Amino acid sequence: MAATQTDSRALTRPAGLISVAVPLALFGWFLQFLPEIAAGGTVVYRIDWVPSLEVGLGVLLDGLSLTFALLITGIGALVTLYSTSYLGGHRDYGRFVCYILAFMGGMLGLVLSDNLLSLFVFWEVTTISSYLLIGFDADRGTARRNALQALLVTATGGLAFLAGIILIGMAAGTFDISGIGEPLASHPLYLPIFLLVVAGAFTKSAQVPFHFWLPNAMAAPTPVSAYLHSATMVKGGVYLLARMNPSLGGTDPWFWTLVLFGGVTAVFASVMALRQTDIKQVLAYTTLMALGTLIMFIGVGTEYAVQAAMAFLVVHSLYKAALFLMIGVVDHGTGTRDARVLRGLGRAMPVTMVAAMLAALSMAGVPPLFGFVGKEFLYKAALDLDVGRLWVTGCAFAASALMFAAAGIVAWRPFMGKPADTPTAPHEGPWPMLAGPLVLALLGLALGIMPDLAEPLVRPATAAVLGVAAKVDLYLFRTVNAAFVLSLLTFAAGFALYLSHARLRAGLSRTPKLFDPGWDRLMDLVAAGSTALTGAIQTGRLRRYIFVTFATLAAVLSVALWRAEVTLAAPDFDDLRAKHWSVLIFIMAGALLTAFTRSRMTAVAALGVVGIGVALIFIMFGAPDVAITQLLIEVLQVVLFAVAMLKLPHLGRDMNTRPRAWDAVLALAIGGLTATILIAVMATPLDLRLTAFFEAASVPLAHGRNIVNVILVDFRALDTFGEIAVVAVAALGAWAVLRGTRGARP
Amino acid sequence: MTSLIVRAATRVLVGLLLVFSIFMLLRGHNEPGGGFIGGLIGATGFILYAIAHGCAAARGALRADPRSIAVAGLGVALLAGVAGLLAGDAIFTGQWLFLGGAEGEKGLPLSTILLFDLGVYLVVLGAVLTIVFALEEEV
Repeated sequence: MAATQTDSRALTRPAGLISVAVPLALFGWFLQFLPEIAAGGTVVYRIDWVPSLEVGLGVLLDGLSLTFALLITGIGALVTLYSTSYLGGHRDYGRFVCYILAFMGGMLGLVLSDNLLSLFVFWEVTTISSYLLIGFDADRGTARRNALQALLVTATGGLAFLAGIILIGMAAGTFDISGIGEPLASHPLYLPIFLLVVAGAFTKSAQVPFHFWLPNAMAAPTPVSAYLHSATMVKGGVYLLARMNPSLGGTDPWFWTLVLFGGVTAVFASVMALRQTDIKQVLAYTTLMALGTLIMFIGVGTEYAVQAAMAFLVVHSLYKAALFLMIGVVDHGTGTRDARVLRGLGRAMPVTMVAAMLAALSMAGVPPLFGFVGKEFLYKAALDLDVGRLWVTGCAFAASALMFAAAGIVAWRPFMGKPADTPTAPHEGPWPMLAGPLVLALLGLALGIMPDLAEPLVRPATAAVLGVAAKVDLYLFRTVNAAFVLSLLTFAAGFALYLSHARLRAGLSRTPKLFDPGWDRLMDLVAAGSTALTGAIQTGRLRRYIFVTFATLAAVLSVALWRAEVTLAAPDFDDLRAKHWSVLIFIMAGALLTAFTRSRMTAVAALGVVGIGVALIFIMFGAPDVAITQLLIEVLQVVLFAVAMLKLPHLGRDMNTRPRAWDAVLALAIGGLTATILIAVMATPLDLRLTAFFEAASVPLAHGRNIVNVILVDFRALDTFGEIAVVAVAALGAWAVLRGTRGARP
Repeated sequence: MTSLIVRAATRVLVGLLLVFSIFMLLRGHNEPGGGFIGGLIGATGFILYAIAHGCAAARGALRADPRSIAVAGLGVALLAGVAGLLAGDAIFTGQWLFLGGAEGEKGLPLSTILLFDLGVYLVVLGAVLTIVFALEEEV
């Protein structure tokens, strides 16, 4: 593991320095907005990006985005500081810094965007950088597989979200979040919009049944898990739902979907957390629990529930990042993360123990930590409900009790008791690795004792989610009420669960795994399907490709003709004189010879005759430029064919038997359809306005009398540039293919 | 393909074809012609040379790799487009300079249009020769 390759000197090198300085500076910069946002203001800044599509790079800084921005930059600075030690000696440390800063930029863009389309772009930036970071140890097959799994699940959801965005744009007439304003609940498109947006949010925030990628994402280095897959990125879905709450929320489908899925995820994940032996996996599942809880309470949508969700969001980011970083220190100090092995580390790792205990107490919801405040407010919000009170309270209670037990497994057991044998002798980590967990854990304590400090952030965030101003009053303890009693019950239940967790784990580990193997089967099916499809379509026979191409063309033309309902007039042959007839006969003779000859060379030459006949037509009707080009192309084509075909075998009789009948049918169909379309085109009056414009403007505007060339190089120069780019690329492609044949030959 | 007649004729024809191709390129703005046709004629000249003297000799006569010529042509055409941008117009707007222009007399017209057409010429020449040379050498 990378954990053993610590190198504290990385902090003084440019990559390490930049990786810490940038988020730190941004954190300070965002902090200066706190007074304005806390006073109820919002900062909106907008620059046009694609004006024709109404895509602006709008920035919307309100309570919700500021809360996220501070978490992203603040935890980001601590995580990158931690990484200078944890990964500083890694040979790809520079690459890591690139990825993590790219992610940070994407995540900040995601929470600050005021425009749904630019939000989507940043959404995908986080998906891709997450993919790169999970697969950071690219030498390991599991890391690559899990990275791809995370990418496919979240990117598929992302595409659904994009479809939802487009529908929102159609329904609301704008892509600006601040411009949607009116709730979309009564719009006929509401249900599809809602389902698509929820698909995006649920995959990103790993809700059941899309949860399986998140525990697998723990293949990433520990700082990445702490940062992306706990504190920030996976909360992207939560952010999205919170952000869309004013315009999409408050309906029955919203309430029940979010509450049911969130509740199931919270309870399922916290049960699964007890099953794990790897402490990092325990933390991954408790992260799922937190995400489920957040989504459940956003779905509930009352003022109290949203306030509780926002407080819990901050609580969770603080303690979970601290715990993830802590387990990285333990892994580094002992060489293992196995919960069954680790015991009695307290003496050797006192600072880590303090940080772990504080963070775990917050996770368990014990006073006076901030976690207690968060949990109390969740309970109060649940108990206040009219609809679904039993479900929400039950889920929150079960998840919290299980969380208490998980906290014991993660932070109490490894540090207490008699020291056990570990792969390496336990020792404390270097200071950059201790700073992060310690600062975050102490913040949890400080905010617990003085919850008022969090109000300037939680109040505007709640207001932003609700869409109206909110009264937020956070406190540690006031009176003994139902929520407090429920908390005491939680502790009792959690303690009981902790005491019996070894037996529970043994029992749970006998249950079969469903989702992850199912994913592998799905991937196998996709691979088998594409192999079969490729085999059916790519036969490797040029004749068949051409047949399919022209058959498709014939079908499309027939449908187009049928739909257009053209009226056909009999073509007028009276204008044709002897010279026209002779050229026509010339062309037809060439075409017939091409089709019926036995020799390839004759066919090529006869095809050239057809082309020259067409060039003659161009000359007769006064288009010398086109005629010259046509002539030259025909000559070149014959040369190219001749060179290539010298080496090909003669056209044998066997190749020309059965399929030829079908070839003839297809050829006649294409010819007939093309002729019909041309006759139909002749019947419609020609719009000569463009021609007139070019004739009139050619000399005064472009100083040229040859209209064809003036159009090519002046009026339509951009098109021509595209065409010559295609010509150049085609030549390079042909060259590469031909060179490839030489390499393949012995 | 090394008959004496072909080689003797090539000596005269190649030069003529190349001059003719440049003639077609330059007159294209007012008479039939232009970069596309010019490039094709130029390519024909080199193909003829390759038929008479072999591909290696033709490559030597061309001096530059045809692939480089094609890509350079693309660059020249883009340059002509960017010139319009630099002058403050939309990209690919023609820029004209009439050297020695006087009352009633236009003078020598120079333009980014000509530069653009030269780019087209080079792309067509380079692309066709890339394919023909590769075919002749591989097959």
